[in-house]
Amino acid sequence: MNYLALVYYNEDIIRAMSQQEWDALNRECMACVEGLSASGHFVDGHALQATETATTVRLRDGKLTTTDGPFAETKEQLAGFYLLQARDLNEAIQLVGKIPPLRFGSVEVRPVRELQTEGNITGMVAGG
Amino acid sequence: MKAWLDRFYQQESRRVLATLIRLLGDFDLAEEALHEAFAAAMKQWPEEGIPTNPRAWLVSAGRFRAIDQIRRRARHDAVLAQLAEQLAVTASDEPPEPIEDDRLRLIFTCCHPALSTDAQLALTLREVCGLTTEEVARAFLTKPATLAQRIVRAKAKIRDAGIPYEVPETSALAPRLQAVLHTIYLMFNEGYSALSGDQLLRRALADEAIRLARLLCELLPEPEAFGLLALMLLHDARREARIDSAGDLVPLEEQNRSRWHQDQIAEGRRIVLRLMYRRGYGAYTLQAAIAAVHAEAMRADDTDWKQIVGLYTVLQGIAPSPVVALNRAVAVAMAHGPAQGLALMEAIETSGELATYHLLYAAKADLLRRLERIEQARAAYERALALCEQEPERRFLRRRLATLPLSPT
Repeated sequence: MNYLALVYYNEDIIRAMSQQEWDALNRECMACVEGLSASGHFVDGHALQATETATTVRLRDGKLTTTDGPFAETKEQLAGFYLLQARDLNEAIQLVGKIPPLRFGSVEVRPVRELQTEGNITGMVAGG
Repeated sequence: MKAWLDRFYQQESRRVLATLIRLLGDFDLAEEALHEAFAAAMKQWPEEGIPTNPRAWLVSAGRFRAIDQIRRRARHDAVLAQLAEQLAVTASDEPPEPIEDDRLRLIFTCCHPALSTDAQLALTLREVCGLTTEEVARAFLTKPATLAQRIVRAKAKIRDAGIPYEVPETSALAPRLQAVLHTIYLMFNEGYSALSGDQLLRRALADEAIRLARLLCELLPEPEAFGLLALMLLHDARREARIDSAGDLVPLEEQNRSRWHQDQIAEGRRIVLRLMYRRGYGAYTLQAAIAAVHAEAMRADDTDWKQIVGLYTVLQGIAPSPVVALNRAVAVAMAHGPAQGLALMEAIETSGELATYHLLYAAKADLLRRLERIEQARAAYERALALCEQEPERRFLRRRLATLPLSPT
């Protein structure tokens, strides 16, 4: 199965880092990607620029609107993602355990859904 | 025969279900298969006799019925058809005998930390313990529909997020076992601590938790599993003495100790003693050891408080928490006098970690009362009352407050 691991952290923690600390963290992330690639689990992944660079786009009544900033104000902000190939959720959790910002942030793990022409599962239970 | 079958179902249905889930890879399909297999047995066995290996017979019957079922549904669905053929192929070369590991797989899957605590409890009671949805709902004071929904969601997450049906590998076992033990302990406390709700079903929860811990000890004899079992036995032994005829809580020192169940105490103590010979005991074992020291005292005055202080000190070292610190302070007050205990409690209060925890103020009030600082005791009891929400505990606090002598001033 493929799992998308969304990496979140509080950007204030990053802003408080020295250049050396920030570089060291980035080198750790590069090593993490190398390790996951070598073991055949890494499908894709990228780090993102900070949320100040974010633009949110919507289409309403046929009109495209754009607003400054991320989709929602949250305590932790989306910082990057990994697309991982794993046997099951247990393996995905083990792999995610290697992502360096996990020490001060969090990672949301979501199974990837294959789009189908019909009979798509909602992944949600009706009536809730 | 009917009575024999009923008993056989009670004893074996969870074991057979656990194996069917592994073979069929789906909870709902396995449950349907289980029911059909038992229905078939009810019809066939009285006429043809009980097969040599009834469990294997049931697994086999359940599996083939499930395959038929999928084939029927699969007439217009290539994916399902393929699944049915796959299952049919594996069915022909795998022995149908249920294996004990399947029950362990079921426990670890139902107690998977990716499921919410509520869902873990509901699923474990439903699938592992075999309670009906209505029973689980009544025990938790929820509507059956809400509970059924919770179980459906949990099963959907297991399927869609790819939660595997397995016992975690050694490297991941320790934290996962902690999650299982935590769920079992919650189940026990849900039954043991709460004073409202259907008493019989509450009782069933505590019994199921103890039974589940026994099963876990048998399947995976890890020290902390035994520690939890001992802890629950030692607490459960006091169940009748801890509530009076009016339904009020009776504190440990006022309990009629002749109503404690000595057989459970003896078993709990045996387990604790065996565990204490080992090095590096865990938090459940230490809490069980503390409960064992209480259980050894035939009168409250005979309690070996110095030993309890020692055990809390070790517990604070391996699983530090403000609640453990508070309990240690209570023990220190009993062992070395209220003034020393009070000093520790005031330090906890200053840290602010238990600022809204009514038991901190109740314990403090008790020490102030013993130190004859009546006005301060009164203020602390009132603070505790303001924070406490459980009615029986509020009644207890009000009784304590009423027994305070009037201030000399």
